[in-house]
Amino acid sequence: MTGQVLYAQLLYGGSGILLVLLGLWSFLVHGPLLRKLIAINLMGAGVFHILVAIGYRGIDTPPDPVPHALVLTGIVVAVSATALALAFGKRLDQDDD
Amino acid sequence: MSALLTVFDLLLTLTLLGLALVTVTSREPRRAVILFIAFGLLLALVWARLRAPDLALAEAAIGAGLSGALMLAAARRASGRKTSPAEESDTEDAP
Amino acid sequence: MIRPLEHIIIPIGLIAVGGLLGWSFFLAVTGDTGERLAAVALARVPDSGVSNPVTSVLLNFRAYDTLLEFAVLLAALLGIWSLGAADTGFQPAASVLDGMVAGFVPLLILSAGYMLWVGAYAPGGAFQAGALLGSAGVMLALAGHRNAGLPSEGRLRILVALGVFVCAMTGLLLMVAGDGFLTYPPGLAKWLILLIETAATLAIGATLAAAYLGGRPTAHPTSGETT
Repeated sequence: MTGQVLYAQLLYGGSGILLVLLGLWSFLVHGPLLRKLIAINLMGAGVFHILVAIGYRGIDTPPDPVPHALVLTGIVVAVSATALALAFGKRLDQDDD
Repeated sequence: MSALLTVFDLLLTLTLLGLALVTVTSREPRRAVILFIAFGLLLALVWARLRAPDLALAEAAIGAGLSGALMLAAARRASGRKTSPAEESDTEDAP
Repeated sequence: MIRPLEHIIIPIGLIAVGGLLGWSFFLAVTGDTGERLAAVALARVPDSGVSNPVTSVLLNFRAYDTLLEFAVLLAALLGIWSLGAADTGFQPAASVLDGMVAGFVPLLILSAGYMLWVGAYAPGGAFQAGALLGSAGVMLALAGHRNAGLPSEGRLRILVALGVFVCAMTGLLLMVAGDGFLTYPPGLAKWLILLIETAATLAIGATLAAAYLGGRPTAHPTSGETT
C-alpha cells in the first residue's frame, strides 16, 4: 500500500472520527429533538465515512465492495429510523397540546 | 497530479468539517436542516472522490434528499410552535 | 460560570473516545493485513450473476443482510402507522408547481426503472431506484396530492410487504430445491436477483413515500386524486 493511499485513508478516516465526535457532542449538549436527530445523523455519516475510507484502495484500484454494501444498507436504515423518530416527536407534541 | 489531488483532498475535508460544525451549532431549526442537506450533498461528492459512486447516488437521494424533506416538514412544525412562548428550553448554545 | 457536566466531563469523555477511535483506526489501516475479504469477494464477482461488485455483495454474498434490512424498513413503517393517522396534507399547488410535478414524476419513475436495470453492471440498484420512486411520492405529496400517489390502504399493505415477501419466498423455495437459503443456482442467479430487486424497489419506494406522510393513510381518497 503506497503512501498516497495511506495518506488519503488517514485523512478521510480522521475526518470521519471528527464527525462522530462532533455529532456525539451535539447530541449530548443540545436539547430540542430536531437538533438531536441531526446530531445522530451526523454521527452516522461519520461512521459511514470511516467505512468508505477503509474501503478505499487508491485512485485507480477497484475499492473494497464489502464496506460499501454495509454503508448502503446503513443509509436506508438511518432514514427509516429518522422518519420513525420524527413521527414519535410529532405524536409527543400532539399529546402536549 | 499527486500534489493537486492532495490539495483537493484537504479542501474537501475542511469544507466538510466546517459545514458539519455550522450545522450542529445553528439554533434555528430550518437553517440547521438546510445546512444538513448541504452537508449530505457534499458528503456524496466526497464519496464519489473515494470511488464509491453507488454510495454517492444513495446518499444524495436518500441521506440528503429524503431525510432533508422529512426534517424540513418537522422544522416547519417546530418553528410554528415557537410563536407560543412556552418553548424556550434550548437557550444554552455556546460551546 | 462553569457547569461541571458540560464543560469538564463531556469534553474529557469526547477526547478519550476520539483518541481511542483514532488509535484503533490507525492500527487497523497501517497494520499487517492478511488475506482480506475484498480479494475473495472481488474474485467471486463473475460467478454472482451481476458484474457490479456492490450489487453482488448486497444481493448474493450477503443477501441475508438485505432481507433483514427490508424487514427493518417494514418495521419502521409499521411503527409510524401505529402512531396515528396522517396529517391533512398540503394545499393543492398552484399551476406552475403542478405543471413541474406533472413533468418530473414520470421522469423520476422512468429513471428509477433505468437505475434498477443498470445496477447489474454499473452504479445503481434497488436502493437508489427505490429512493427515486420515494422522492416522486414526496413531490406529489408536496404538490397537494393527499396520498402521495399511493394506492388505497389494502393494496399499499401488500406493496410495502412485497420486498420481504419475495426475498424470503425465493430463499425458502431455493432451500426446498436443495440449494440452501438464498444460495442461487449459477444459471438463474441474474434473474432471481433481478426479481428480488424489482420487488424491493417497489417496496422501498412505497415505504419511503408512506413514511413521508407520517401516519396511516386516510381512508377517504380526496377529490382531485387521480393516481
